[in-house]
Amino acid sequence: MTDALKRPPKKDPQKRTTSPTLPPFARSRKAVAFTTAAAEGRFALQVCPECEHVTYPPRETCPKCWCMHLAWRDIPDGGKLIAETTLRTSVNTYFRERMPWRIGTVQLDAGPTVLAHIHGDVGEFERVRMIARTDKSGQGVMLALPEKETENMADDRQLRTLTCSPKFRRALVTDGRTELGQRMAKALADAGATRIFVGVAEEWRPFQGSEELAAIPGVEIMPLDITDTISVNELAAEMGDKADILVNTAEYVRPGSPMQRHGVTLARDEMETNYFGLMRLIQAFGPGMKARGADGDNSACAWVNLLSVYALCNWPVYGTTSASQAAALSLSQGLRGDFAGSGVKVVNVLFGPLEESWRQPLPPPKVTPQRLADTVIHALTEGIENVTLGPVAEDVVRRYKEDPFVLERELTQLQPGM
Amino acid sequence: MSQAAAYRTGYDGIVVTAPVSVPYERYSPEPAHWWLARGLSDLGKQSGLGANDIDGLCVSSFTLFPDTAAGLTQHFGLTPRWLDHVPTGGASGVVTLRRAARAVQSGDANVVACLSGDTNHVDSFRAMLTTFSRFSQDASYPYGSGGPNGSFSLMTSHHMDTYGTRREDFGKLCVAQRDNALQYPNAMMKKPLTLDEYMHARLIADPIVLYDCVMPCAGAEAYLVMREEDAKAQGLPYAHILSTIERHNSFPDDPVQIRGGWALDVDEFWAMAGIEPDAIDLLQTYDDYPVICAMQMEDLGFCEKGAASEFIQSHTFTYDGSFPHNTSGGQLSVGQAGAAGGFLGLVEAIRQLTGGAGSNAVPDARYAAISGFGIINFDRGLCSGAAILASA
Repeated sequence: MTDALKRPPKKDPQKRTTSPTLPPFARSRKAVAFTTAAAEGRFALQVCPECEHVTYPPRETCPKCWCMHLAWRDIPDGGKLIAETTLRTSVNTYFRERMPWRIGTVQLDAGPTVLAHIHGDVGEFERVRMIARTDKSGQGVMLALPEKETENMADDRQLRTLTCSPKFRRALVTDGRTELGQRMAKALADAGATRIFVGVAEEWRPFQGSEELAAIPGVEIMPLDITDTISVNELAAEMGDKADILVNTAEYVRPGSPMQRHGVTLARDEMETNYFGLMRLIQAFGPGMKARGADGDNSACAWVNLLSVYALCNWPVYGTTSASQAAALSLSQGLRGDFAGSGVKVVNVLFGPLEESWRQPLPPPKVTPQRLADTVIHALTEGIENVTLGPVAEDVVRRYKEDPFVLERELTQLQPGM
Repeated sequence: MSQAAAYRTGYDGIVVTAPVSVPYERYSPEPAHWWLARGLSDLGKQSGLGANDIDGLCVSSFTLFPDTAAGLTQHFGLTPRWLDHVPTGGASGVVTLRRAARAVQSGDANVVACLSGDTNHVDSFRAMLTTFSRFSQDASYPYGSGGPNGSFSLMTSHHMDTYGTRREDFGKLCVAQRDNALQYPNAMMKKPLTLDEYMHARLIADPIVLYDCVMPCAGAEAYLVMREEDAKAQGLPYAHILSTIERHNSFPDDPVQIRGGWALDVDEFWAMAGIEPDAIDLLQTYDDYPVICAMQMEDLGFCEKGAASEFIQSHTFTYDGSFPHNTSGGQLSVGQAGAAGGFLGLVEAIRQLTGGAGSNAVPDARYAAISGFGIINFDRGLCSGAAILASA
């Protein structure tokens, strides 16, 4: 069993904050496909469509039949640890700071043998369950877990470098006025977050659920209006050094395409929250989080963006909102670059129609705020960066991956009257 | 395909000579070019041959970037009619020997200078590991960045688990090599080592300890390949080439490397030489971690597969022992000068067979076996080779 994680001590202001260092980030272009699967929490390797041979490390051609069309497919995650070592020295500063480090050779049920990080609870020559996740450098790596759940399994030192567990961490939820923000705060508390700062704009204005929100253990209601730069900066000055996880629950959603609107007022409001709001948060909280990427067990670890799946492709029914979401998605992509070198993950959840008032006329299936909050917690505890939530979002993402230009036609021309 | 062995020609009339070892340094501010130039300069001094005589050049180096053997011709004022650049690391000694010998045998060149050398700046080793190969970049270096320590610890534990090889066995080889190094003037490690010190040494990557690991350094090794009559005319002591083998990416489906390419070609190796393993007077294995020495002893037929432990227990491995092995101290005690590590055993064998060894000379050495192993591309060494040399 793993030793349970202890609550990190209060930060000593006289001590220098440890600078983030990184595991090696260089990868071949082919290996980036492994990373993108890992970012979705999938364990995928190249499979030959001709001879079915599973190959690793990533190659340009099948080593058995020289087929040039190796495809990345999810493969069975079972395997057996057949050789292991504990490294006690490393030429890389990141690992050197974290010695000893356990690695081993795993014979996968799917065929190849791979080198992997090994969870502390895996015994010699035992069967393992493989996961692929992004490490602090943002690149995909494999880790072998015990086949069966063990006590405090998530607290394993090596596993924790791949995850963003809320346990003993401090989180900021940017909008607590909505059911989504309130469910998110509760879910973070349930997942072990010690302090949950919940932003509320215009506190004098009453809102549903406010009392329940304030009663959640660890919740601290803070004044925050992400359409107001001063408000965002003031909050960052007050608690920005304690933002280990930031979940941006604020959104501004209105139906309508440009032609159905008069003027740009609504569109501007959408952009103020969905795009400029995100940008204000990035500018106010980003640098501090980036500097705290290696700040102990409650280091800054994740920035969570909740985005409509129509950020990927415009849906005219919510045409201008889609456009502001697309702007936010684009910003979130660049945010990975901004956070590069810090170990802070950018988690993007693309969700289908949410069960809330401004999407009330839309037909099911819909995503409940509770489900969205649970999904964020799952992504954080598992260390997953890219999540697609709900049947509608899954459908759109699938079509997007197949051909974004076909999806564009389908969403804009093949849904009359929607 | 028909069996290649039936068609292989020997190396009659082709000899190796002028063994050059440029004394190593832990860190050097000089580039690889300096070390290779010094190797060539020493070759010239030892052989009396100059740029007009040397018409073939074969180079092995990791740190020569952005240059290759081609650029070195201009740098060194050579105008060769035959040129090769060998990227096989620890197997480069045997591989350059094979290339050069065939070039001379066919008449494509008369005299081939085989040069290997690398520099070692502060941080060179880390830089090399970072960009060593695509597979290592994608699939091994991100896992703890232990470099070869990590890869060989897995092979070592696998050999121990599979065959019952013991740490004491590896230790015995390391201690004997240190004893040999005490008699070899150019060895970096000059402090005697005991088995007790080995057994209680600092762990590096379980089960590998400090004394299992080579020390990266700067250095160069070189030798010449030419026709026997030319060596005679030049008054150079030489050795004959009896047999060679080379193999890459052998046994790709072994889950953890437990044998090398030698095991594929061992029968041909001895058949071509026309001698049996017990005729060998000294063995130079590639010793970047002692598990590989044990593997070479097994795969080259000095003992049964899996019997390295008993074999090691039943012999002594100093230059004056029952099975002289890595008689200059090997890389473990001399140091690992990059690709020159692949030449070290071959150059030492030439010295031993041509009366050039000093106080570590193996008495009456007639036959030497030399083995190379290199390029941990992902999880295993890809390149292997071996040669048998005989005194004139």
